[in-house]
Amino acid sequence: MVTNIDRYGLMALTEMGAVILDVLPEREYSSGHIPGALNLPLRKLNTAAVADLERSKPVVVY
Amino acid sequence: MSPRAACRLEALGFQQVYDYTLGIADWKAAGLPVEGDHSPTQVVADATRSDAPVAAPDEQLGVAWARAQRTGRDDMIVVDCDGVVVGRLRDPVWQQSHDLLVAAVMELGPTTVRPNAPLVPLVERMQKRATDLVSVTTPQGVLLGVLLRADAEQLIAGDPPDQIWEDCDGCPGHWSTQ
Repeated sequence: MVTNIDRYGLMALTEMGAVILDVLPEREYSSGHIPGALNLPLRKLNTAAVADLERSKPVVVY
Repeated sequence: MSPRAACRLEALGFQQVYDYTLGIADWKAAGLPVEGDHSPTQVVADATRSDAPVAAPDEQLGVAWARAQRTGRDDMIVVDCDGVVVGRLRDPVWQQSHDLLVAAVMELGPTTVRPNAPLVPLVERMQKRATDLVSVTTPQGVLLGVLLRADAEQLIAGDPPDQIWEDCDGCPGHWSTQ
């Protein structure tokens, strides 16, 4: 079940150690992203790409 | 794009998936820091005030007016319960009876722009039409903030805006001098 959040939710989750994933194309990510966000464009989002991420940790996408 | 990514992450076994649906445009509009090369093209989000005085269609004009006065502005954006822009209040609407409902007197279909639109051509259009404010929304029409032409002109000239909207969680917010 995916939960929709606003920026306050994002800030709170960041403090709790959530991983932030920017799923926009690399060019858009490079031009400006939320501090600490990792870039994982939607078309590259597969098992191999997320292999290093902990499944039990909260993850926020935008 | 992010709802699809969120769905895919769940399918990949992530147990706590959150979607910041308004995304980077909302983040920038709130004046929060970003990392990266910063696009050389200035966009609407760069000069957007993170919040705007808003009114609801089903409140009395007088109630909205009292709130507008506290913010020091005489224009308000009318949003429905989902945050979608449905109208605008500005002079001379305030001359009408303050007992009327906002929905009865608001200007319908105000101009909205997307946060990723290039700033310079928009400001040129605003100058030609003598428009001083537009609502900045998501493609679905959800209000992200307002762009004041004066702020945008200042930013294009190389100066940061001299006032920003101080947004805060659970309180009305206010304009403040930087």
